[in-house]
Amino acid sequence: MSIFSRNDELVCQEVVELVTDYLEGTLSRSQRRRLEAHLAACEHCSEYLEQMRTTIRLTGRLQAEDLTPEMRDEFTAIYRRWRSEED
Amino acid sequence: MRVGLISAIAGPRRGAREGAASVDEDSELVTRLRAGDEQAFVQLVSRHHAAMLRLASSFVSSPAVAEEVVQDTWLGVLRGIDGFAGRSSFRTWLLRILVNRARSTGVREHRSVAVGDAGPVVDRSRFDASGAWMSPPQHWIEDSEDRMQAQALAGQIQKTLSELPTRQREVVVLRDVDGLSSHEVCEVLEISDANQRVLLHRGRSHLRQALEAEMNRA
Repeated sequence: MSIFSRNDELVCQEVVELVTDYLEGTLSRSQRRRLEAHLAACEHCSEYLEQMRTTIRLTGRLQAEDLTPEMRDEFTAIYRRWRSEED
Repeated sequence: MRVGLISAIAGPRRGAREGAASVDEDSELVTRLRAGDEQAFVQLVSRHHAAMLRLASSFVSSPAVAEEVVQDTWLGVLRGIDGFAGRSSFRTWLLRILVNRARSTGVREHRSVAVGDAGPVVDRSRFDASGAWMSPPQHWIEDSEDRMQAQALAGQIQKTLSELPTRQREVVVLRDVDGLSSHEVCEVLEISDANQRVLLHRGRSHLRQALEAEMNRA
C-alpha cells in the first residue's frame, strides 16, 4: 500500500487528532508512516507537533510547594499518634 | 497551613520522574517504616506529598479538604503498610489509596467548567474544506522558553489545568506534572489505556491552545 495514494493521505485536521497517539507510540506502523509522510511535507503540522512537545515540557516544569517545616511536624505528630494507638 | 496546588515553576524537575533509583529509595524507606522508623515516614511523606496534593485537589475544590484526604491516606498507609505486598510500586499503591479515599468519602465534586469535552481538539474554522490549515499555528516555541515569558505561561497552564474536566486534569497532572507512566496512571485511576490516551490527548490539546492564545497576545 503506497503512502502516496490519494486515499491514504492524511489531512491536517486528522493529524492534530493523532499527535498524542503518535507521541505515545501507539500508532500502527502504517498509520505512523502516513503521519510522518504528512509531517515531512507540512510545516504547519510539524509546528503543531512541536508546540505539543513544548506544552508537555512546560507543563512538566510546574512544581508543587515543598513540605513546610510545619507540615513535617504535623506528619510526625500523625505518625506518633498512630504508634500510640498501635501499642 | 499553606496548600498551593502548583505554585512554582522551576528549571529541571527534581526527581519527579520515577527512575529505578527512586523506586529503590521508596522500597528502602518502606522497609525502615515497617521497622518503626519515624523519620522514614516523614521522608516518604516529603517525597510524595506534592503529587498527592495535586491529585487530591482534582477531586475536591477546597484545599483544606484535599489536605484532609492526603492525611487520611497516610493514616491508611500506616495501617496497611504491613499488608503492602509490593506487587505494584509503592507510589502506585499510595496514589490508589488516595483515589479510593477521595471517592469513598464522597468528596468528589464536579469542577469541570469552561472547557468542553467533545468535538475536535482544534476548531474546525481553522481548516479549509479539504481539512488543510487555513489559520495555521504561528511559531512561538523559542519565545515560550524565554524566562520572562515562562512565568506568565506557568500561570496560564495552571489556570487551564484547573478548568479542565476532572478526568483530563487527573491524567495530565499525573502524566505530565508528576511523571507517571501511562501504565501507572491506568492503575491509579482504574481506567483503560485507550481511555487514558483520549483524556491525555484532550487535556494536552487544551493546554497547547491556551499557550497559543497567550503567546499570540504577547
